[in-house]
This record gives sequence, C-alpha cells and structure tokens, in this order.
Amino acid sequence: MPSTANSSVSLAAGLPASPGRELAGEHSMRMNISKLNFYYGEKQVLFDISLGVAAARLTALIGPSGCGKSTLLRTLNRMHETVRNARLDGEITLDGQSIFLQDVTQFRRRIGMVFQKPNPFPKSIFDNVAYGPRINGASRPLSDVVEASLRRAALWDEVKDQLHKSAYELSGGQQQRLCIARALAVEPEVLLLDEPCSALDPISTAKVEELLVQLKSSCTIVIVTHNMQQAARVSDFTAFLLNGSLIEFSPTPQLFTTPADSRTEAYITGRFG
Amino acid sequence: MTARVLWRKSLSAVMLSLTGVCAFVAVSVLFLILGYLVIHGGRSVNWDFFTKLPAPVGELGGGMANAILGSAKLLALASLIGVPLGLLGGVYLAEFGGHAAGFVVRYAADLLNGTPSIVIGIFAYALLVLPFKHFSTFSGAFALGIMMIPITLRSTEEFLRAVPLALREGALALGASKWRAILTVVLPAAYRGILTAVLLALARVAGETAPLLFTAFSNRFWSPGWNQPTASLPVMIYTYAVSPYDDWHRQAWAAGLLLLGLVLVINLLARVVLSRGAAVRRS
Ligand SMILES: Nc1ncnc2c1ncn2[C@@H]1O[C@H](COP(=O)(O)OP(=O)(O)O)[C@@H](O)[C@H]1O
Ligand SMILES: [Mg+2]
Repeated sequence: MPSTANSSVSLAAGLPASPGRELAGEHSMRMNISKLNFYYGEKQVLFDISLGVAAARLTALIGPSGCGKSTLLRTLNRMHETVRNARLDGEITLDGQSIFLQDVTQFRRRIGMVFQKPNPFPKSIFDNVAYGPRINGASRPLSDVVEASLRRAALWDEVKDQLHKSAYELSGGQQQRLCIARALAVEPEVLLLDEPCSALDPISTAKVEELLVQLKSSCTIVIVTHNMQQAARVSDFTAFLLNGSLIEFSPTPQLFTTPADSRTEAYITGRFG
Repeated sequence: MTARVLWRKSLSAVMLSLTGVCAFVAVSVLFLILGYLVIHGGRSVNWDFFTKLPAPVGELGGGMANAILGSAKLLALASLIGVPLGLLGGVYLAEFGGHAAGFVVRYAADLLNGTPSIVIGIFAYALLVLPFKHFSTFSGAFALGIMMIPITLRSTEEFLRAVPLALREGALALGASKWRAILTVVLPAAYRGILTAVLLALARVAGETAPLLFTAFSNRFWSPGWNQPTASLPVMIYTYAVSPYDDWHRQAWAAGLLLLGLVLVINLLARVVLSRGAAVRRS
C-alpha cells in the first residue's frame, strides 16, 4: 500500500494539471507509468508519459495512428525489448514494484496480451489455449483450464465439439476470442489489447466488447483503440495521446463530454486523426 | 497493315511452337531415361534382385541386397550427421545471427553447396579413410552428410524467417522464453517446409557416386556395422555398367531404375508434405 501512495504522488507530480489526481484518489492503481521516454534508435516516440492503470478497470489509449499507442502498450509487458535499438527511461511499476527488475518471462506470465491481428498458433484450438498453462505449469487439470478460459472468452459453446480442430479453421472473430482465451488461461493480472477489433466485423466486435466489459471485474485491462465509440462504450478511463505525448487522461465520460484540452476536443469531434 | 498483323501472328506462332518443343524435349528426356531403364532393367528388378548378394564373376543371377541395404544405411547416417547440423545452423541464422556472423555462415553454406561432390569425397577420404587405413560406411555417410548441410541450413533459415513475428510475440507474451518459443511455436510452424528441404537434400545425395568411390568404396558381401567398406546403389551401377558382362549390365539398369524410382518417390513425398503445409498455413 505505501508503494501505491508513492506512485500516485509521482503521477500527480508528472501531470500537475490533469485529473489523474482524482483517479489515483478513488481507485487503487495496478500499474504506474512515470516519466516514460521511449526511443527507437535516435527517434524519440514517447515523451514524458505518466499514467496510472486502475485496478479492475478498463483503461483505453486513443489517439491518431502513429502517436505511440502500441509502443506505450508494449512497454507494459516489456514486449518492446524484442525490438533492436528500442530503449526507454522512466519507470513502470506493477503493484509498486519496478517491472524492469523482474525476470522477464516470469513477469510476462502476469500480463496477458492480445494483438491487433488474431495470431493463433498453428495448433489445435485446445493446444492454443493450453499453451500458456503448459509452459507455466498448470495447477488444475488442463481440460478444466481450457474449458474455463474458453467460457470466459465466450467461445466455449461455439467450439466445444471441435477442440481438436486447427485454430485456423475458425473465423477471424472466433480466432481473436481464442487469442483472448489463450491469454486468460494463464490468469493474467493485467490484460493488454492492441486494437483487438480492427480486423473484425461489427458482430464479432460487439462480442469482444461485451466480453471485455465482463472481464474487467476480474482483470485490469488496457486497450488501444482507434475507434472512439469503442473507447466510449467500454472504458472507464481514457488517455489521449498525440505525437508521443499524453494530452489528457480522464474518466471516460468526462473526456468525451467535457474535454479539458482543445486538442482532445478537436480529435474526438473528428477534426483530425 | 494486314502484312504487319500477319507477320506478328506468324512470329507468335513460331515462338509458341519453339518454346513448346523445348518444353516437350525437357520433359521427354526424363521419360526417355525412365523408358530406357524399364526396357533394359525392368526384368531384372525381381525378388532375387532385392534379396540376394551379387553372384560371383561369370555366374548368372544374384542380386543387390547388400547395395540396397548399404545405400539405406549411408543415407540414414548421412541424415543423422547433416540434418541436425543444418537445422541448428539454420535456427542460429534465422533467430540469433547478427549481421557479420550471419553473412559469413550464409556465404560459407552457399560455397559448400557449390563444392563439387568429388572434392567433398577427397576431404572425407583424407579425414576418415587414410588415418584408419580402410574404407567404411561411416566415411561415406560423412561425405554425404556434409553435402546435406547447406541445403538443410539455408532452407531452415528461409522457412523460419517466413514464420510471422506475431506468432513469436504471442508465445513470448505468454511467458515463453525465446528458446521455448522457437521450439514450441516457430519450429512446429515451419516444420513442413523444413521436412521438404530435408527430403530434397536426401534425394539429391541418394544418387551421389563420386564421394563414395573412395570412402564407402564397395563390397561384394554384406557390410556389418559402420566400419567396413560397403556396397551402394550408385557405385554398383558404375561398377556393373563398365563390366563386360550382359547380365551385369541388366542389373546396372535395374539398380538405376530403383534409384530413380526412389528419387521420384522422395520428390513426390516432399510435394505432398509441402502442399499440406500450405493448406494449414492459410488462415
Ligand atoms: N520497430 C520500430 N522501429 C522504429 N520505429 C517504430 C517501430 N515501431 C513503431 N515505430 C514508430 O514509432 C511511432 C509510434 O508507433 P506506434 O506505437 O506503432 O503508433 P500507434 O500504435 O499509435 O499507431 C511511429 O512513428 C512509428 O513509425
Ligand atoms: Mg498501433
């Protein structure tokens, strides 16, 4: 708990004029990003970002394409470390502990990630979901974990009779829910999603959104989206990024109805992006 | 105007038939060879051919059982030597190799691929025959194994690179280490392609004669173990074809037929494996 208090101080210090203070006051923070600068080689793409991720809430990152949403999201599970020349300074904590001081594979088990394009493994539906529990050592029987995860991802009824079929035989929307189930199977504390619906049709998108709303009671969620209606529908807090800087971070209704910054207003009213 | 059109049309017709004839010639060479082999050796491919040892000089009959087994042993051991080296080298190139190291390994593999097989034979001879003062299955398999390395290595690299980055990241995000991700996701995703390459490498060395002449040498009898000279189909074809006996000529044709059949089957298998892979990869 003292560490949480600490990070909310740094959050407030990093964002003096932002409503982040109230956020930190009302909700306990699961993750904290403070004074994050990010570089690909010489090119800086994130500038002094400070942001708290509230526990058991859904936080959306919005902003025009190329503003650094994916980059920011990928620092949260240290996926940026797979990119050569990528480097950062600043601090990110999970439950008050620096994520950079932990063993990276151990740490990533606690953070689930769902990507823009569905990326099921070339294995059966069952083996896809069982992958994480298998490499991490499951405490329960695998078939139980697989069923529970598929149910949580609202996919069980559609696939329960074909668990041993290749994951590639599913539709795009089903594949994406399979990827969500695969991430849930390791019971992540935080779930990161990078534009998870951008390759999906409206019906699949609605299913995934419904799913996210259900999931957030048990899981802290950060979602990147270029779709503002989606952010408005599903998220509790929204961060607006522009050219690598955090412009505004507020409770979602507030950001969409009474934005504090004129650039936010311009973006949400569709004047650019 | 009409003359122009006529000229163009006839030119097109001429080119079409010319290229068509060339394509036909290319294909018919294979069928000519196959027909020749069947006519001259077809009748000698019988039960004896597969089960009997070669008959003593001057006697009719006999078979090539020892050469068939010898070739099988040579190819098996060659794969055991060449495939792991090529596979792991390919993994290194695709997943870990930096710029300089990658360039050197890739270049060396391409040179090795272009090295005449007889040179590789001499190398195996100097390394594994001279010091022990006798020919052996092992030295022959070593020479063939070396020839399998570059094909396996380069195609492993290629097929691994074709595996989408998203799959690796998916595995890493679930807490897999890099090695774990390669073993459990990347290699399985690429294995059909790699298997195809290994099969093609096998087909390529199955008929190699030159590197065997002074490594595995030849043997009129069975060759137990790995440490004695052994008969093999390609060397048998060579020996029998240059002999003065009609019966041996027929058996040489038969051995040729068997070898070509083997290569055709391996190629077909490779095709099946790869086409199945494509069907699965499509999403
Ligand atoms: N691997 C990379 N190497 C170099 N530059 C990159 C890399 N990935 C992204 N960028 C750059 O970083 C900036 C932010 O990209 P990204 O985080 O993907 O934006 P978004 O997800 O908001 O569209 C862009 O200018 C992009 O060109
Ligand atoms: Mg992006």
